[in-house]
Amino acid sequence: MTSIQMPQLGETIVEGTILKWLKNEGDEVKADEPLFEISTDKVDTEVPSPVAGTVTKLLVAEGTTVPVGTAVMEIDDGSGASGNGSSAPEPAAAVPAAETPAAAPAQPPAMGASAAPPSPAPQVQPSGQPAPAPSVTMPDRGPRSNILSPIVRKLAHDRGIDLTTIAGTGEGGRITKADVLAATAAPAASSGTVTPLPSAGPAAAAVMVAPPSMPAGQGEDAQPMSHVRKAIAGHMLASAQQTARAWTMVEVNVDRLVRLRAEIKEKFQANFGVKLTYLPMVTRATIDALQQFPLVNSRLDGENIVTPRFVNMGIAVSYDAGLIVPVVKGADGMNTVGIARAIADLAARARSHQLQPDEVQGATFTITNPGPYGSLVSVPIINQPNAGILSLDAIQKRPVVVEDDAIAVRSMVYISMSWDHRLIDGELATRFLARVKHNLETWDFAEDLGL
Amino acid sequence: MASTTVESGAAGHGAEPRGKRAEDGQATYLIAVAEALWEEMERDERVIMLGEDIGVYGGAFKVTEGFLERFGPDRVMDTPIAEETIVGFAVGAAMEGWRPVAEFQYSDFMTSGFDEITTVLSRYHYRSGVKTPVVLRAPSGGGVRASNFHSVNPEPWFAYAGGMKIMCPAFPSDAKGLLKSAVRDDNPSLFLEHKALYRRIKEHVSEDAEALIPISSAAVKRAGDDVTIVTYGAMVHKALEAADTLAGRGVSVEVVDLRTVYPMDEETVIRSIEKTSRALVLYESFHFLGIGAEVASVIAEKAFEHLDAPVMRLAPPNHPVPFSPPLEDAFLPQVADIEAAVDRLSAW
Repeated sequence: MTSIQMPQLGETIVEGTILKWLKNEGDEVKADEPLFEISTDKVDTEVPSPVAGTVTKLLVAEGTTVPVGTAVMEIDDGSGASGNGSSAPEPAAAVPAAETPAAAPAQPPAMGASAAPPSPAPQVQPSGQPAPAPSVTMPDRGPRSNILSPIVRKLAHDRGIDLTTIAGTGEGGRITKADVLAATAAPAASSGTVTPLPSAGPAAAAVMVAPPSMPAGQGEDAQPMSHVRKAIAGHMLASAQQTARAWTMVEVNVDRLVRLRAEIKEKFQANFGVKLTYLPMVTRATIDALQQFPLVNSRLDGENIVTPRFVNMGIAVSYDAGLIVPVVKGADGMNTVGIARAIADLAARARSHQLQPDEVQGATFTITNPGPYGSLVSVPIINQPNAGILSLDAIQKRPVVVEDDAIAVRSMVYISMSWDHRLIDGELATRFLARVKHNLETWDFAEDLGL
Repeated sequence: MASTTVESGAAGHGAEPRGKRAEDGQATYLIAVAEALWEEMERDERVIMLGEDIGVYGGAFKVTEGFLERFGPDRVMDTPIAEETIVGFAVGAAMEGWRPVAEFQYSDFMTSGFDEITTVLSRYHYRSGVKTPVVLRAPSGGGVRASNFHSVNPEPWFAYAGGMKIMCPAFPSDAKGLLKSAVRDDNPSLFLEHKALYRRIKEHVSEDAEALIPISSAAVKRAGDDVTIVTYGAMVHKALEAADTLAGRGVSVEVVDLRTVYPMDEETVIRSIEKTSRALVLYESFHFLGIGAEVASVIAEKAFEHLDAPVMRLAPPNHPVPFSPPLEDAFLPQVADIEAAVDRLSAW
């Protein structure tokens, strides 16, 4: 029996409304089949079934709002933890299995047992086996990654933490109390404005392996790391340790974009109230490539590859406290103007510490943009759990070979991607980047920019 | 290896005089014990002392130097070398309303009075309703090159007997305050003074005759966050030394000093484990069935859900204490052993 609960679709979400049941009592469901539609403060969505089985109970009426975590539905998945069998009667109380005396009252009537002797045989019936302790299948991160100490279990239970998302720093990859506390400390600190944990994904257990201490000497200053810095450090190190990072670069001729931008930037700002930069155009071109090659937009969840049918674009933004990755949710539904506005809004609020926790979570892909600072080529760390991160570096005029072997001066840029070789191979990464390049070199953005 | 000043004890070797409090109020463990006895004898005429060579000679370690002169032979009694008789005499005197404090030259010899201690002293009140407020004092512990007849830690034997309170203080102030509490307590008690601490540990000790330390109260001697060391007696000082070094390496160690080993202050121990989630139990009685085995059980039983690693123990093996200095050093837990154990525990 599996109990389906109101999911938490974001950190600040505390309740959700059942809009519509898509399955009724008695219906068969397959794993991942939508069970019901819900509405929360942030989003309306369908909730898929985690198991295959039969819906035995709807516990909440349509239109009802319930707290996150409330059981709303029961599915008999054949695990038989409580009442099993088809039309399961009211579970006849949890009868302890052991030591049922032979003359136990209310033996279930034997099927078609008209003339059968009253079966005195001591037939031990595993009637109500004690529910097995909920066992967590831990990802294999070392020989001891599946050892969960009492305090780790307790903290995870009390604070609702998914231990499979934490990388243990203990011996043999064991998750320690400190790892769990580090994983909870980060989000817990965000009251109102956000703690810049780049995106959802594997909680950034502060994986700080201590090198030999080298305290500040003469002519040196020591400052404790800020909370933000620690969170970034943990996240970056976790990504470096947990992904199989490879890197590919293409060179793109953006001559047309440069000319277009020079031509329309004043008008664009006058019309839409935000500056026109190359980033929204590159984002738009990238989203198209992600739709063309959905695996680049996917993530690993245990041994499953999860591929969203939407694009939530993370945009790396540097600000006074460090680095943060606000997310343009549903970026695949926006034109370049919409993207430009969303990025401008998120970046401005990131720099004034006004982001909400949900706005830095759920990125399906990430773009970093060190170009304005003059970098020519960058090798970024992947923003987990994304499969890749695209880097837009500085646009430069360079002599290039054009048609008919002529040499000409063109505005050129290197666009590259760090990608996780666990999910993507080199051919896909290259074809993806080639698509981005093709879009940037051939699209006419004028229309998409509404001008 | 620093040479240790061997405490020549009784047996006619000629112990150094007890010495006096320093001007600034600093007192050795030895002086603290003597002050506790002196003040209690001044306070209550029913307090009497008996033991081998405690009168004329002033005690094997000079704790009772000067007592005979002040309190007279009726209250400071030299006895024959007959431990069973000493205990029996003390129990009888207690039944008649006295409050005897009996000294053993070394705690190794308490077993010569084993039957009187475990069958009579620990049980008499249960049996007859008559109180037996006896304190048995004895120098215990190793590390002073005194071999296996003069180095024993007998607390588990007598804790097992039930009915007696057993104190093993590590600091002069605790020794003074606890001994005074023991003298005033109506229950029988064993007061074990670690002989390696007698002249080695000095601190400011209160001169207030009413400054008592409650029996069965442990103390956090150093606060920390990462690992708890639960210990008592001379091992407290080794634990503190290890904690200093470990702090330099970024490991924050909390040191809990049990002070009284029975009945144990479980609450202080558990509260510390709730904080650190990792426990090293360090003790000088034998590993198997020693006091620390009970501490480890209490933690496993009552603080299980707070543990992030198995409870570890560090204690000498169940062997006689070796006489050879290198062997004795290998036998007793040393500071480096404690550091290594904490490292293992924090890596777990």
